[in-house]
Amino acid sequence: MNDIDSEVLPLSQGFWALLKRDLVLAFRQRGDMINPLFFFVMVISLFPLGVGPEASQLQKMAPGIIWIAALLSTLLAVDSLFRQDFDDGALELLLLSPHPLFVLVSAKVFAHWLVTSVPLIIASPFLGVMLFLEGEVLGVVMLTLLIGTPILSMISAIGAALTVGLRKGGVLIAIIALPLYVPVLIFGTSAIQAASIELPYIGQLAYLAALLAIAVTFAPFAIAAGLRVSVSG
Amino acid sequence: MPVSPNSLLTADSLFCERDDRVLFSGLSFSVEPGQILQIEGPNGSGKTTLIRILCGLSQDFEGDLFWRGQPMSEVASQFRQSCVYFGHNTGVKLALTAEENLHWMSQIKGIQADKHSLNENIQNLLDKVGLRGFEDVPLYTLSAGQKRRVALASLLLKPIPLWILDEPFTAIDKKGVAELEQLIIEQANNGGSVVLTTHHELAISPEKLKTLTLGSQATQSEARMDLEQEAADE
Repeated sequence: MNDIDSEVLPLSQGFWALLKRDLVLAFRQRGDMINPLFFFVMVISLFPLGVGPEASQLQKMAPGIIWIAALLSTLLAVDSLFRQDFDDGALELLLLSPHPLFVLVSAKVFAHWLVTSVPLIIASPFLGVMLFLEGEVLGVVMLTLLIGTPILSMISAIGAALTVGLRKGGVLIAIIALPLYVPVLIFGTSAIQAASIELPYIGQLAYLAALLAIAVTFAPFAIAAGLRVSVSG
Repeated sequence: MPVSPNSLLTADSLFCERDDRVLFSGLSFSVEPGQILQIEGPNGSGKTTLIRILCGLSQDFEGDLFWRGQPMSEVASQFRQSCVYFGHNTGVKLALTAEENLHWMSQIKGIQADKHSLNENIQNLLDKVGLRGFEDVPLYTLSAGQKRRVALASLLLKPIPLWILDEPFTAIDKKGVAELEQLIIEQANNGGSVVLTTHHELAISPEKLKTLTLGSQATQSEARMDLEQEAADE
């Protein structure tokens, strides 16, 4: 039984296996999938009712409304990211896997992003039309969400990993993650604002992309460390 | 204590306390290939804590662990390929079928096999744990014992030197208990080792079985002396 000790494992094996598993699980428990999208649509469609249907006002507020709704719905969804795995013991199997943990958590966060954030990105132009955004600006809304929501998922996953061992982690995740959301929110909304008054918005997008690169590089290690602490305690 | 590279797992003067209560201190033992180590003790004596320390889930202890004579921190990745853990919560996903569960578990465990041979292997294992005919239904339709049997099948996906089992006999029927005991004995006969906690009397020949009793300090040092005696005999 000595020969299997030193086997070298391909990194992609654990990533794809876990991605596939989480997607299958998500599609079998569709209720959890719908919630963030439902929240996103509700918040945005309530705004015209609350502040009045005046086109110029809504147009001005649209970037903020869309981004804050996306941000809060990410926060709402993230509590379930590790919860189920923690409760049924699968998280222990992941920690004891010979695959590096940061690869496995990347797969989990990616699956979670595909299931909870991609529907928001697809729905966003329709909701943008409701807020009197038009033409190129709708494309920019989608683009900023496409680059920005993975950062939000990564950041909130750090909070989820740190709080998964606690019974009520929801509020704590918000406190940990919200300050880190702020730069994403600022660059996301200002890109849309710039586009709507026909200024170049490439700079803001570049900043968002830089934040994404940093998040994808470092967050998985933080998430992995957080999970080890949570399971160890 | 000298650490022998022949031992699979060696623990040297482990100390652990919970809420100012010392669970064990100065606990030293080793697990040799072909040996079954049964951890005994009353409820709350730290059996599960010790198991979690041994498999690397808990860092909340003092002392040293060695895998094949090398410090655990240096060979963690090798250790994780050579050890399988079966705890109170087995990690099977209720919304997935038995087959799908074994699929992801084998890949997370880093088992390299082509699709066809893996499928065949999984079919045989489900046969072996008595779940033929239940391959394609989601696990939430099965009984508690059947769910644990799916997780037990994952122990057998490939030969693994060290099994760490926490109360493996829970929720399994009499016939299943006998079968599982047989699997444990086979594992030992094949040169593998098993560390387990159970309150169940094991029908295993004493030369293979080593017992470690947790609980009061007195019984602990006795257990340690027993172990040292055994080591001297060998």
